[in-house]
This record gives sequence, structure tokens and C-alpha cells, in this order.
Amino acid sequence: MNRIEVEKKVLNENQILAEQLRERYRQLGVLCINLISAPGSGKTALLERTLERMDKGSRVAVLTGDLQTENDAKRLAKFGFPVKQITTGGTCHLDAKMIGKHLEDWKLEDLDLLIVENVGNLVCPSSYDLGEDAKIVLLSTSEGEDKPLKYPSIFLKSELMLLTKIDLLPYVPFNADVARENARRVHPQMEIIDVSSTTGEGLDRWMEWLRARQERAKAKLQTATVPH
Amino acid sequence: MHELGIAASILESVQSEALRHPGGRITKVGVKIGELCGVDRDALQFGFEVLVKDTEWEPVVLDLEYIPRVQRCSKCAHQFRMTDFDPQCPQCGEFLTDCIGGEELDIAYMEVDE
Repeated sequence: MNRIEVEKKVLNENQILAEQLRERYRQLGVLCINLISAPGSGKTALLERTLERMDKGSRVAVLTGDLQTENDAKRLAKFGFPVKQITTGGTCHLDAKMIGKHLEDWKLEDLDLLIVENVGNLVCPSSYDLGEDAKIVLLSTSEGEDKPLKYPSIFLKSELMLLTKIDLLPYVPFNADVARENARRVHPQMEIIDVSSTTGEGLDRWMEWLRARQERAKAKLQTATVPH
Repeated sequence: MHELGIAASILESVQSEALRHPGGRITKVGVKIGELCGVDRDALQFGFEVLVKDTEWEPVVLDLEYIPRVQRCSKCAHQFRMTDFDPQCPQCGEFLTDCIGGEELDIAYMEVDE
């Protein structure tokens, strides 16, 4: 019997594809974000408000994942930006291969921002790198404050948490301080922004976060292309 | 709920490693499962057994090693096992500590009968 040390990631194939995507985004200065939450936390509603606030000429595109239906793509297409539905047919997460395939007939060089809306699920999407610059997790006030403790993986891997449906706070038994504290217990450095897609509260801060990250992606591009 | 896909990825790794050992047979694959990787060990073990059953890969045993979450203190560099999501360094009391273990989903080793 011969023991071979392997030391490679189980999802090595996905990781390779994700790194290739990340490198393409980096070379073109495209910011890619991956939105993850439980079903019904308000990913699509947030994207509607986000696209609505974008300037007409913004170079933004959306890939939206679901098990079935084109409903989300239809909801998001109204704003005039390229939107494509990824229907997984039952798979509970998106993977890098699906992203690569759906980007085939888009010109990445025409984009500044690529938003990926993952399948509603707090578990599986956390295992699959899509080549994004940042994972963003949404937690809504109609869920439990202890979700960060129950599903730590995704909260640990996300740079930003959006506490959504903040306008419902007076009507639900949700303690926002406890939710934030739980999120910070899992991931002390995570940024948190409270938002409501209904009243618009916090959306300016969210848009500002997006702008700042886009500038960072562009700045990296300039440093990389300065001739020596 | 994505354990079967993970099991399939492990089996693919076994198959590609097997190509490098003509005449040999892989009997065991060791996989590290971090506390935070979001994979259920029982479901993964079950998924793997289902995948290899009645195939030429049936003799391959999946050996799962659980890796707990470990933090390193940003101040005194003390390493400690994190329990109950308490990030505070037990040695110096610092709150800013980094996760250095527990996210693994790695193939560690394989055993081959040459």
C-alpha cells in the first residue's frame, strides 16, 4: 500500500474556473459581486431598486439564478440593462462553469459591474467561488436573528451584510442589535448596512458602497496597465 | 444538500489520480472537512457510497477528517480553537482574531495498492 499526499481542494475544477473569471474581471476592471441569501430575503427587490438608481449609461449587467422560471430576469429586464436568467433545473447553487457559460455572448469589456444573484440558499452557494470580488449576504428582518450563527460559513465569507426589510422592524419580533452582534461574532470585520427596498432607507449607503468598490476595481486596473 | 456534487468531485479526483497508477488500485481517499465548509459529513459519506456502488470504484473508502475552527490572535499570535463563536483571544483578551482553520474542503491523501 502506497500513501500519496494530494493536498488539493475538492472543488478544484470550480476553483480553477473561478480564478480564470477573476483574472478576466481584473484585467478589464470589472467589479463582480455575488448576492447570497435565503429565499425571500429580498435579493431581487434590492436589485430592482439598485438598477433603478443607476444612470442610464451605466455599464452594468445581471446574471440571476433560480431553480426554475424566468420571472426574476423579467422583473429586472425592465430597467434596460442586460439581464440573463440562469435556470439551474434543481441545483441549489450557481457554480463558476454556469457563470462562464452565460457570459459567453456578452462582451465583458463593455461592463463595469457584473451582479450575480445566486439561488436563494444560505448553505451551498458558500462553497462555490464564482470568481467574484465580493460575496454579499442579505439577512431580512422577517428571519431569525440567529441566522449568522446557524449558517456561519456564508457570513464568514461575505464582506458585506445587508440587513434588509428594515422598514418592517416595528412589526416583527426581530432584534436588529442582536442580529448585528451575531453577524460580528461570526465575522468581526464584516461591514453591515441596513436597507429597505420599500422605503429606500439605506439605499444611498449601499449605492455608495458599490461605487467605492467599482472605483477600487478601476484603480487596480490603472496600476496594472501603467507602462514601466 | 449539495453533498452529492461534492462526492462526485471527490470521485473525479480519484479517477484522475488512478490514471497515474496504471495497474494499481486506489483503496482510500482522505478528505478534510472544515467546521465552516458547509458540508454534512454523513450526507457526503452516503453520497459517495451511492456513487461508487456497483462500479469499479466500489472498493474506494472515503475517510473524512473533521477540522475545527481555529483562530489566531492578531496581537499575541496565540492560536486557539473557537467555540460558540467567541472570537476573543483566551490568552490576551484581544477581540481581533483571524480564522486560520475550519474552512477546509480538501483532498488530503489517497492510498494506492500498486
